[in-house]
Amino acid sequence: MLNYSYIIIPSIMLGILSRMSMLRVDHRQYPSYPQGVFSHLTLGIVAAGLGSVALPALWEKEYAAVTFLALAAQQFRDVRNLERQSLDNIEPTELVARGTAYIEDIAKAFEARNYMTMLTSLIVSIVIFLLFKIGISRTQSVVIGVIIGFISIYYFNKAIARQTIGDIADVVPAKIKFKGPLLTINDVVIMNVGLKESRKIYEEKGIAVEIIPHDENGIATLANLGQRQAIQHNAAALLGIRKDVDEPDFTPIARRDPETGNIVMAIVPMEPDIECLIEAVKRTVVLESAKRKPLDSKAGRKAAD
Amino acid sequence: MDVGIKEAILAVVTIRKDIVCGENIPVFYAKDEEEREKIALLLSKITLGMVHDLENGAYVIVRH
Repeated sequence: MLNYSYIIIPSIMLGILSRMSMLRVDHRQYPSYPQGVFSHLTLGIVAAGLGSVALPALWEKEYAAVTFLALAAQQFRDVRNLERQSLDNIEPTELVARGTAYIEDIAKAFEARNYMTMLTSLIVSIVIFLLFKIGISRTQSVVIGVIIGFISIYYFNKAIARQTIGDIADVVPAKIKFKGPLLTINDVVIMNVGLKESRKIYEEKGIAVEIIPHDENGIATLANLGQRQAIQHNAAALLGIRKDVDEPDFTPIARRDPETGNIVMAIVPMEPDIECLIEAVKRTVVLESAKRKPLDSKAGRKAAD
Repeated sequence: MDVGIKEAILAVVTIRKDIVCGENIPVFYAKDEEEREKIALLLSKITLGMVHDLENGAYVIVRH
């Protein structure tokens, strides 16, 4: 096996780099640091290892070793279940819920990233192996393999990068108004707020946005309840929400204008800054499970005219 | 799991006796608007429910 160390070591390295490039701890705090990140890094190393030994194992006629790849796929599917379960478990502790669609999306991303790591390693090992076999020197093939590895990391990162709300819609400030007890934003009724005290807080500290989709695809995507829940969660997480469990009045709710398909949302944040709210909404990812593309079909295009 | 009565009217707080009938839900009578506001607030804190105004003198408390 030592004969293949020039293949295995660089491809494992690149695989780990690929996992690290996709493992960012940002404002979402997910995966959580340090334990969550650590376990995902370890799984990434396992994935990289599996990807890089596949080709040498085949070459040595160790066909049994390749079946381990199937085992790995099973393993990573478990990663998805694990993530989903843990997020489901902490869901009741969130002031503004993530929603099942968002959770599913996060879980899916974790599974996919492990496959990306495995593929990066596999690609690097194939490149080095083939170049060496056609007579290029060992150092040169390793260098070329590493370069190809970096290109594939870049490409994979681009391929799995998700759109954000800012890409599919405009987000503009909106006006909160009360019609009797009814909270309305740009004349769309959101909910009935009974307590006068709560209404006063909404009028003083509440801010609202209107999300205007660029096209029919955006309208269909934003109609999804899971997508709206994700926007609410993100806005509340970034701005901080002025609410506790016994104050359901201040739960942010994104409602749809049935006439136009625009989404309006009001929130009472800790820091009433409309610019920040717009930024937070714009940076929310478009969930894979919420994405619809009616314009890609004939019927959808015709209906849009 | 969060188990409880949801999306149902938990209580009614009103200043008008003539608009509420039936004994299925607790009804609280208030002598004026100020007291109604206060009772509704206290009840919403107890039930973790939200207060909605029916604009006919009655507030209902609903857990969402």
